[in-house]
Amino acid sequence: MNAIMMYGLAITLLVISSIKDKKKTKGALKKGVNSFLNIFPQMLGILTSVGIIFSFFDADTISKIVGSESGWVGVILSAVVGSITLIPGFIAFPMADMVLKNGGGYMQIGAFVSSLMMVGVMTASLEMKYFGKKLTLVRNIIAFFFSLFVAYIIGRVVV
Amino acid sequence: MERLKKYRFFIIMSAGMGVLYLINSKMGESAFHMTYISLLEMMTILPPVFILLGLLDAWVPKEMMMTHIGDKSGIKGILLALFLGSAAAGPLYGAFPVAAILMKKGAKFSNVLIFIGAWSTTKIPMLLFEMASLGKVFALTRLIVDIPGIIIIAMLIEKIMKKDEIEKIYEEAAKM
Repeated sequence: MNAIMMYGLAITLLVISSIKDKKKTKGALKKGVNSFLNIFPQMLGILTSVGIIFSFFDADTISKIVGSESGWVGVILSAVVGSITLIPGFIAFPMADMVLKNGGGYMQIGAFVSSLMMVGVMTASLEMKYFGKKLTLVRNIIAFFFSLFVAYIIGRVVV
Repeated sequence: MERLKKYRFFIIMSAGMGVLYLINSKMGESAFHMTYISLLEMMTILPPVFILLGLLDAWVPKEMMMTHIGDKSGIKGILLALFLGSAAAGPLYGAFPVAAILMKKGAKFSNVLIFIGAWSTTKIPMLLFEMASLGKVFALTRLIVDIPGIIIIAMLIEKIMKKDEIEKIYEEAAKM
């Protein structure tokens, strides 16, 4: 649904743009394609490695790590797993739901979901290309600890 | 040759996946499946993001960006950054090139960080999906903690980074 909206918006603006100025539109398209090609080879490698890493964590293994009895150790481990993996949300949420039903705790799932979205260990090399080493490190480290905080709050609120 | 070098990482990892399949076919299949889904996501969701990025670069003048999301944009800039990030689609790595264009156009550093934070975690369509999977309480709690969290993190990072370091990031972005 979201993708369709994005395509609709992009195409509409593209048509308006080309009516107003063909040359400018060509430049804009070229820019977009180049920016995409700029990250494409690296992303291909990153996504393949994430696939390999992911094959080590099936729902069973994850449920063991993040059981509701696992406490803070489980929370931290979940945050580490979330930081390393890179899964689309439409896969991550149903998976998290499955882990919950297999005995995962809310706090641990909170840490996993939050770090999955905010921390990107695998994409750090790409992030550095745009923002440099220091900002990438600082941002990811703060996001990691923030994920633990989010987990704590979720553990208190969701029962 | 130069082009091949760019894909070295991918080639090595693909070979690794092949080896994994030979050792444990179930794991190999699962690795392939995950990679396939992520690639599919990248190829379907990112193209419009990059078209919009190109249009933004071509049409939105620097002055306009500076007044709305630049150094003196105040709370309006914060809200706009939150909105832009939340309205976006796609994985976090798609936000980096867009953020670079925002910097090139003179967006305030903390607003760029807020934009990245919002893109990573408060995307509206994802929120609906999260509610359906994990429940309203879970999703809304996360959202309520995340919004102030994103803003505080942005300000904290701005404090930690030195002025010349930020300037250097902007210089790099201007070359994009």
